Amino acid sequence: MIGMQPSVENAQTIAESDAVAVKRTLAGERDAFRVLVERHSHNVFRLAYRMTGNRPDAEEVVQEAFLRAYQKLGKFEARANFGTWVYRIAANYAIDRMRQRKKEEARKVEPAVHEEGMENDPVTLVQDAKPTPERLAHNIELRKQMEIALAALSHSERTAFVMRHWEGCAIEEIAEVLKSSSGAAKNTVFRAVQKLRLALQPFVGKGTPARAMGTES
Amino acid sequence: MKHMTEEELITYREGISAQRAEIARHLAACQECRAELERIEAVLAALDTMPVPNPGDDYGRHVWQQITPRLPERTARWWQAWFDPKRLGTLASVAALLVMAFLAGRITKRDHTGNDVASTDQIRERILVVAVGDHLGRSERMLIELSNAAPLDPAQKQVNISAEQSRAEDLLDENRMYRQTALQEGDTGLASVLDELERVLLDVAHSPEEVTPAQLEKIRQKIEAQGILFKVRVVGRELQERQKATTPAPAQKNSTESERNKA
Ligand SMILES: [Zn+2]
Repeated sequence: MIGMQPSVENAQTIAESDAVAVKRTLAGERDAFRVLVERHSHNVFRLAYRMTGNRPDAEEVVQEAFLRAYQKLGKFEARANFGTWVYRIAANYAIDRMRQRKKEEARKVEPAVHEEGMENDPVTLVQDAKPTPERLAHNIELRKQMEIALAALSHSERTAFVMRHWEGCAIEEIAEVLKSSSGAAKNTVFRAVQKLRLALQPFVGKGTPARAMGTES
Repeated sequence: MKHMTEEELITYREGISAQRAEIARHLAACQECRAELERIEAVLAALDTMPVPNPGDDYGRHVWQQITPRLPERTARWWQAWFDPKRLGTLASVAALLVMAFLAGRITKRDHTGNDVASTDQIRERILVVAVGDHLGRSERMLIELSNAAPLDPAQKQVNISAEQSRAEDLLDENRMYRQTALQEGDTGLASVLDELERVLLDVAHSPEEVTPAQLEKIRQKIEAQGILFKVRVVGRELQERQKATTPAPAQKNSTESERNKA
C-alpha cells in the first residue's frame, strides 16, 4: 500500500507548514500551492481510488479536488488542517463522480460492475505469499467478490466506510461530507460493514484464513 | 450474560463506539463475543488486501502540471510581484517608497488596531498596499471629477479645471516614483499602467486653466479611450482586497483534533 498515515507530531509539523503554503498562495504566490499539491496528492489519490474503484476516475477526482481547493482557498484561512480540508473536497467530488458513473452504467446495455477494478495485476494480492494455484484462484475469486460487495454499497455507505476504516477520518468529517449528523454517520459506517460482512463472510470463513492471506498488515 | 450486538461490535472495531470500555470488559470475559469479533475482523482484513495502485513517486508533480493551466490567476500578474514578501524585504527602492508613504502621513490615518504581533513583512506589505491603493484611489477620483466637469452656466464658454490640475501635478510626482520603482523591479505590467496614467495626468497638468468644452471633451475622450479609469479602478479594488487580506484576523485554532482509528 502507499502513503502511510503520518504520526501525530509529524502531522502537526505538516499542518503548520501547510498553513504557511496556504498563506503564501493567498498572497499571490501561485507556486506555493504546488507544495500542497505535491504533499497531499498521494493521500487524496488513495481516498479517491477507494471510493471510485478505478484509476481514471480517481485521477480526475484528485485534479478536481485541488482545483476546487485553490478556488476556495480564501474560505480555508480560518481552518487549521489543509489535509483534512482537501480530503473533504475530494470525497464530495468522488460522490458526484460515483453518481455520474452510475447513470452512465445504467445507460449501457451490459453493466460492467467490477471490470474496472481488475486492471491491476491480481498477483499483487499475494505479493509476499507463495502463489500456489489454489491460493491464487481463491484470491482472484475473493477479490472479485470484494469489488462486487463494495460496488453494491450506497454512495454514502462506501464513502463512510472508506473514510472511516481506511482513511481513519473523524466521524465529524464524515458527517460533514454526508451532510448528516454524527450519529447518522456512525450508523452509515455500521451498515456498510454489516453489508460487506454479509456479502463476504462466506468467502473468508472457509479455506485459507483471511488473515494469513498475503497481507502486509 | 447479555451478549454484544453486531452493531456494538462493529462500532467498537471501527473506533466509533460510545461504550468502548464496557464492550472491552465484556470481550475480555466472553469467548463467544470474541469469536464473533474475530469473524468481523476476518472480513475487514480481507478487504484490507484490496490494493491501491501506486500512482508513482512523481505523481504530485504530474497533478500540478495538469492543473496549472486551469488555475485561475489569484491576482493580476503585473502587480502581484509587489506583494511578494521576499522581494519587499530586500528592495532598497521599495524601502524608500515606504519612507515616502510614511512621510506623507497617509498610512497612519488608516485603521490600525493593535497589530503589534504582525511580522515586519506583513507591515511592509500593508503599507505598500495602502500607499499604492491610496494613490490610485485619488487618481481615480480626480479623473472622475474632471470627466464630470461642466460649465457652471451653460452659456459659459470656458471651464475652469485649475483645481483638478493642481491635484494632477501632485499625483504626477507620486506616479513617477511608483512607475520608476516598478520599472526597476521589472514589473513592466504595473509600469505600463502607471505610464498610461502618467500621460493622462500630464495632459491634465499641462492644459490651460480654462478649457473650452471642446478641449474638455478631448481630455475626456482620451481618458475613455485608454480605459484608464477602469484599469485604475480594478487595481484599486484589488489593493483594497489585499489590504483586508493582510490585516491579521484573530487567531483561531481548530479544536476538533481528529481521533485516528489506527495507530
Ligand atoms: Zn458475549
